[in-house]
Amino acid sequence: MSATISVRNLRKSYGAKVAVDGVSFEVEPGEFVGILGPNGAGKTTTLEMLEGLRKPDGGELTVLGLPPWPRNTALLPRIGVQLQASSFFERLTAREQIRTFASLYHVPANRADDMLGMVGLDEQADVKAEKLSGGQAQRLSIACALVHDPELVFMDEPTGALDPQARRNLWDLLRKINADGRTVVLTTHHMDEAETLCDRVAIMDHGRLLELGPPAALVRGLDTPTRVSIQSGLLDAAAAGQLAASADGLHAGSARDTGGTDLGVSDDGVSLTFATREPAVILAELASRNALAGLRVQGATLEDVFLQLTGREYRA
Amino acid sequence: MSRSAFRSLSRAMFLGFVRDRTALFFTLLFPVLFLLLFGSLYKTSSAPRVSVLEVGRVSLLDQAESASPAQLGKVLAITHTADLQTALADVRQGDYDAAVQQTGRTLVVHYSIADQTTAGIVQTVFTSIVQQADAAAAGSKGAYQLTTAQVEDKSLKPIQYLAPGLLGWAIASGGAFGAAITLVNWRENKLLRRLRLAPVSVGTVVLARVGVAVAVALAELVVFLAIATTPYFGLRLTSYWWMAVPIVICGTLAFMAIGLLVGAFARTQQAATAVANLIILPMAFLGGAFIPLDYAPAWIKDVSYAMPLRYLVTGMQDVMARGDGPASALPAIGILLGLAALLTALSVRVFRWDAV
Repeated sequence: MSATISVRNLRKSYGAKVAVDGVSFEVEPGEFVGILGPNGAGKTTTLEMLEGLRKPDGGELTVLGLPPWPRNTALLPRIGVQLQASSFFERLTAREQIRTFASLYHVPANRADDMLGMVGLDEQADVKAEKLSGGQAQRLSIACALVHDPELVFMDEPTGALDPQARRNLWDLLRKINADGRTVVLTTHHMDEAETLCDRVAIMDHGRLLELGPPAALVRGLDTPTRVSIQSGLLDAAAAGQLAASADGLHAGSARDTGGTDLGVSDDGVSLTFATREPAVILAELASRNALAGLRVQGATLEDVFLQLTGREYRA
Repeated sequence: MSRSAFRSLSRAMFLGFVRDRTALFFTLLFPVLFLLLFGSLYKTSSAPRVSVLEVGRVSLLDQAESASPAQLGKVLAITHTADLQTALADVRQGDYDAAVQQTGRTLVVHYSIADQTTAGIVQTVFTSIVQQADAAAAGSKGAYQLTTAQVEDKSLKPIQYLAPGLLGWAIASGGAFGAAITLVNWRENKLLRRLRLAPVSVGTVVLARVGVAVAVALAELVVFLAIATTPYFGLRLTSYWWMAVPIVICGTLAFMAIGLLVGAFARTQQAATAVANLIILPMAFLGGAFIPLDYAPAWIKDVSYAMPLRYLVTGMQDVMARGDGPASALPAIGILLGLAALLTALSVRVFRWDAV
């Protein structure tokens, strides 16, 4: 069985602006893949080319073994695309919306109603789309994307403007969709979302694919220090400096107040924080001194990987 | 084309329309409100009856009155009096339009030129009375009947040109605004894109939208005619009025095509509304919808030939109010269909699925 998505050297420019600059990757059947990147990184354009909404300027691209451009009606019933949560017919209820979309795929109405139940909108079936809450509208748009039981599902920032509860609720739904055997590709800004949902993440910037791999592997590959924090005042500054120096083999003098991601120790008056590559040594020492009150241990996250790759500079 | 997709899309669009109270009001009742406004406006200003004081006995007038009381009653309201001096004072003050006396074979008509229209009518009416009396005396009968028959046919009562005019305007705005706003909204909320991602042909989507628009336009026709033919408005439909149905359908197609073109260029709903207004509103004045072309200045008549609305309005006037045969609508239908085809082809070329 060949890859569900195969992309080789994909390119797309809008006038002088290069949106996608030679991207290559493959997605295997049943995978959950996230595309991360700052605004304007080229993720949406990439997704739109996969969906067959935009014509690539160059490169090779097959989806389920077929070229998505030009509009391929053999491919369309096999993919599901979730757009904004407002892409509905005006003044139709949730049930009417999904039944209308179902009929476009020759899916019977009762299957559409089942799908409404699967996303937990049974009680809102007779509510007009405009009156649904953000989370409910998002669920409806996902239900509409899934109504024809596609093998491959694309989602563009599905949890965009949702509150934390609605996001977690939606994550459960997305996991279920993927667990049913569907391949899912989504774009997101949220690192925690990518980390918790995706088998693999692709990090893009300036139209290029910077990294692609399982989130844990990317984080491990980052080689950043672990941050161990305890309450301020449990250890005096000299002792802390000595501990940091001995654990990581640094000179005591250079181990002070370095901050950032570099090794060393810092105290902001609330927490005393060690940035170390030897968290076991530090933790054992702190335990032996009974100085573990307020303990927090933080490893690197996908966000650190992301920021390291794309920079910390703010982009409007 | 898939029939189930067509049916469900039509249903979705139709429900979307009937659940929009504002759209429903503007489409179905707004034209009727205009009819009420324009109807009462024209009622007071048109075809005034002339009030005449008959001083003493005027045998010519009595003769004409007894010959055809209904005809004369339409133009003249006769009051009898004996005193010439008071009669003249009344005319001078504008209480009456004219005073008439007859001495032997001479008819004397006193009138004021304060109101030139009335003065003109007074002169015309009495000239014709005298001419008929002459003709009758010469023994050639029937001239009188012939003249009035022509007057009746040529000059439509205001409602007869107002109703097709306002209806045409309503159909035109409904079609143009509907198509433009739907296209822009669907592009904005990405429904257009969603439909593009479904295995449904563009033709099915367009046909469903056109079908709903035509159904709405025909509903407009029915509601409008039902109200305009009530005794209050007094629209009298001539025998081939049903030819208005194909004209309305073709008019809807033509104006939807205009809307489609507007929608292809406009980025926001506000822009689409503004541009559609800019096209439709002047056309309503220049195309004979608000101002009857029969009474319009020559330059408007000339310009009107360039206005698609002219063909919709005059086409309907001919078959609904003037009593012309079904074939008289064919040129209008041809022009509207041609325009629809041309503009649709143009819209397809400039069509954009997405805002960027």
